[in-house]
Amino acid sequence: MIPELESGNIALLSMLTPLAATPLMLLLHRYPNWRETVSLGAGLVLLLLVIQLHSAGTTPLETTTLAAPVTGISIALAVEPLGLLFATLISILWLATTVYAIGYMRHHDESHQTRFYIWFAIAISSAIGIAFSANMFTLFVFYELLTFSTFPLVTHSGSREARLAGRTYLGWLVGTSVGFLLFAMVWTWILAGTLDFRPGGVLAGHITPSQGGILLGLYVIGVGKAALIPFHRWLPAAMVAPTPVSALLHAVAVVKAGVFTILKVVIFIFGFDLVNSAWSQELLLYAVATTIIIGSLIALRQDNLKRRLAYSTISQLSYIVLGALLVNSASLTGSAMHMVTHAFGKITLFFCAGAILVTTHKTKVSELSGLGRQMPLTMAAFFIASISIIGLPPAAGTWSKWYLAMGTVESGQWLLLGILMVSSLLNIAYLLPIPLNAFLGSSGNNKSHFQEAPAPILLAITFTAAGCLFLFFWPDTLYQLASSIHLP
Amino acid sequence: MTLLGIDNHLPALQVVIPLMGAPLCFLLRRPVLAWGFSVAISSATLIIAFLLLQTTLQTGPLSYALGGWAAPWGIEYRVDTLNGYILLLVTAISTLSLLYARTSFEHEINSAQLPLLYAGWLLCLTGFLGMTITGDAFNVFVFLEISSLSSYLLISLGPDRRSLTAAFRYLVIGTIGATFILIAIGLFYSMTGTLNMADLAILLSKNTESRTFHAAIGFLLIGLAIKAAIFPLHLWLPNAYTWAPSAVSVFLAATATKVAIYLLLRFLFTVIGAEHSFNLFTLNQALLPLGVLAVLIGSVVAIYQDNIKKLLAYSSVAQIGYMVLGITLVSLSGLTATLLHLFNHALMKGALFMAVGAIFYRTGSLRIADLTGLGRTMPLTMAAFLISGLSLIGLPLTVGFVSKWYLVVGAVEANQMWLAIIILLGSLLAIIYFWKVIEIAYFHHKSSEAPVVNEAPLSLLIPTWILVGANIYFGIDTRLTAGVAEKAALLLLGGTP
Amino acid sequence: MSNLGLYNYWIVITLMMIGFYTVMASHNLVKTLIGLNIFQTSVFMLYISFGKIANGTAPILSESHTLYANPLPHVLILTAIVVGVATTALGLALVVRIKDAFGAVDEETITLEEEKEE
Repeated sequence: MIPELESGNIALLSMLTPLAATPLMLLLHRYPNWRETVSLGAGLVLLLLVIQLHSAGTTPLETTTLAAPVTGISIALAVEPLGLLFATLISILWLATTVYAIGYMRHHDESHQTRFYIWFAIAISSAIGIAFSANMFTLFVFYELLTFSTFPLVTHSGSREARLAGRTYLGWLVGTSVGFLLFAMVWTWILAGTLDFRPGGVLAGHITPSQGGILLGLYVIGVGKAALIPFHRWLPAAMVAPTPVSALLHAVAVVKAGVFTILKVVIFIFGFDLVNSAWSQELLLYAVATTIIIGSLIALRQDNLKRRLAYSTISQLSYIVLGALLVNSASLTGSAMHMVTHAFGKITLFFCAGAILVTTHKTKVSELSGLGRQMPLTMAAFFIASISIIGLPPAAGTWSKWYLAMGTVESGQWLLLGILMVSSLLNIAYLLPIPLNAFLGSSGNNKSHFQEAPAPILLAITFTAAGCLFLFFWPDTLYQLASSIHLP
Repeated sequence: MTLLGIDNHLPALQVVIPLMGAPLCFLLRRPVLAWGFSVAISSATLIIAFLLLQTTLQTGPLSYALGGWAAPWGIEYRVDTLNGYILLLVTAISTLSLLYARTSFEHEINSAQLPLLYAGWLLCLTGFLGMTITGDAFNVFVFLEISSLSSYLLISLGPDRRSLTAAFRYLVIGTIGATFILIAIGLFYSMTGTLNMADLAILLSKNTESRTFHAAIGFLLIGLAIKAAIFPLHLWLPNAYTWAPSAVSVFLAATATKVAIYLLLRFLFTVIGAEHSFNLFTLNQALLPLGVLAVLIGSVVAIYQDNIKKLLAYSSVAQIGYMVLGITLVSLSGLTATLLHLFNHALMKGALFMAVGAIFYRTGSLRIADLTGLGRTMPLTMAAFLISGLSLIGLPLTVGFVSKWYLVVGAVEANQMWLAIIILLGSLLAIIYFWKVIEIAYFHHKSSEAPVVNEAPLSLLIPTWILVGANIYFGIDTRLTAGVAEKAALLLLGGTP
Repeated sequence: MSNLGLYNYWIVITLMMIGFYTVMASHNLVKTLIGLNIFQTSVFMLYISFGKIANGTAPILSESHTLYANPLPHVLILTAIVVGVATTALGLALVVRIKDAFGAVDEETITLEEEKEE
């Protein structure tokens, strides 16, 4: 393609691609077909650029500096395995989501579709920026941009309910990031004199163990996007958004940006030894474990399908945070893999929820009995994705949960291993009954006949569900990237 | 420029040009001519300010003996990085808001009064520039009164009759403040026999035990605190900003309190000396609670306002609190934060008041409840409001973030974690009062029988968007602002051991 | 020196307090301005008494005098007096306009009128 480009520059290009598409979308707002073509085209270009990065190989210390708003701190991009993993994930799923959104938004007759696609592209751009951030400051900038660019998507309908949800969304995300994350970042800067992401961390030798404990806590709480209970309220609130938003942003881009930030901080700001010696590590681990269990328990009680999936996301995100805080090679590999496998699984589940809504206008779990005969493809995809989230073969979730479990064993945290097992049982309890009921349960009085969701929706669902299976049988590329995230 | 030797007289011209321009402006009679003339004058001062700052950055401080009488007997004009920076800020804002003013004034004010208004504006500008550039303590008082008297006039010309009472109350409080400053200067003079600031600094440091000195500092601080609207002496500000003509609100909100803060810095650091101010008299401990209360109370009161300009005015009270907090840290990052925030706050409040002026131009209302649906009917104006508001909150990539960053760094460096928390809490409160407005503009829909509102005219939008652009540009490229602010802060701290 | 020896300062302080009290306590805008004037005048007195030295004369060189008073404070205060006059003039002009607009020069009536518009 373009042989002479440095990886940092390709990263910059890939960040700018979705952004560059927005003026075109605005110009073409009267021609929906062309507008969506632009959106798909941008997705395709983005994917190609990211693939190019894979083949270019990564040289972590090569950065592309864009600006230096504060003396000594710059906005800079760099490519390293974890970021590449995240960017790949987003670019693949953005393409799938765009296809899905075309079917969903048109069939559901949503208003202001141009606005929707534009903010969506800006949000993706911010997420790519997060993935390729070369330092904590850049990450923070894109982190805030992601919050504000997804706000119009959450409040898309403009209803009173959406407005209140928007307040919750913004309040929690901005509140935690300004109150804790920014504070932690300033403190780090003063202690270490740099915010660059460096293998092995930058804080070692500049910090006392007691400070380290406080700082680690500030970071983990400050990243509100990781949805640790009790800082999770924004995620269920965000479910008022149109389904493509819930699917890509609130199951993948936004929430994964949160856990991605925690992984980055643990690996590149703190370093393993410092996390292990922090007094708050144990405390945080149990807070995370509590989130895993409580998230699952609340999910079990939700009748609204999207809310059930949201609480499931809260619980699953904590798996990744758990792996990050355990800081051993197996747990980090597991975390990175779970970012991807959970993404494929959860986006499929949301796609299915949207497909059901569009086709049958049903939003409640209790209404889905017998739906398998009407929408066999959708419910089959739901089944596969559920299996993946639970962590059973032959779906991708198996691998990530396996490595996470290995991680707990390596650290000798038997209690946490037990919690992972219990949580898997809970996953079965809140996910599997849905497809099983759909196929085996009775559909009540109505004679149901075959009536599937629109073609673009089905295409997207099939693709992501196939992804769940594909990653089980061919996990090599994923494993190689995931297992190298913490290597210098 | 060297042709006529004019560049040697730039410091004098900085003040003399607008001073001479003011009566001429009044004589022009026709509003358009008066406007064009005052824009030309203001632009000339902007160019001079730019040249002066450039010279001081290259060759160090400039000293100019007015009328050829050498200091300390004559009046000295002295330009260094610090006041060069303030001069640039004041002239730039004045020029931009004058560009904005024509359309806005024509709508709000009787055309017979317009030449008078522009003359008053130039006098006000003269006052600000004179206070900033002079190195003579009594001269400060003279220019302070020039700017104050003309700003009472400017405020009283507002379209609502409440502008009269606001101007009158400001006149009473402002005169008391200025008289306090006069007393302080008199006491300084009685101790030392000099009025030159540099000379005062040397002579005052020999007699720090004197009770006269202590009394003088007390009078000075209260006088300047009134002028800078430092909590709890801010009560004149909300009404004055609210009922003044839109363009006057822009000009005053972005410059008046800034110049007073500059004077506070100049007297505390240069005349009294940082060591005496903070080590001997521990004035930072007196200012610290005021700053904290300003941030918290100003922000909370802003949440409960129904009038959009009053909301912005209370937000200004809070923002001045941030500047005071930066001073109390007495460190490089703290002072840099204060100086940066002077500049950055002028950019964001200027843009916000301009957007509000454009809204008033179209809707004739300042009530927040009347903003319904403007997100759709005035998209460009509301977008400008939104972006500058995000800057006020401190979103990264805007100027608001940069100054808050320095302030938080300063607080953490000084190991005052609780102060950093208060600063961040202030940001969160800003989200609340600001988001209230945004929700009404973007989410509430107008009832169908409401009159149709169009987008504001370009003559209002262009200056607004220039300032909005500056909000983003200086949020990303801070070489000019942070660079100069840091140099100026170093200059102020030069005296600290 | 006894405290009475500094009687000029006592006069200054008394005048200042009278002026300040009038500004604070008076509800009539004109009286407020009068108070403001007294307040300012006290400062003029303060400046002038700085310059005066017992038995000092005007600073004109002559054989018979060795002690001179400082004329500079007088000059300074001339400026301040001009400022004071301007302030009073502007203040009174505002009072006239307020009377036109609100039909009163009384603080309480005006506040009531203002509240009506809220």
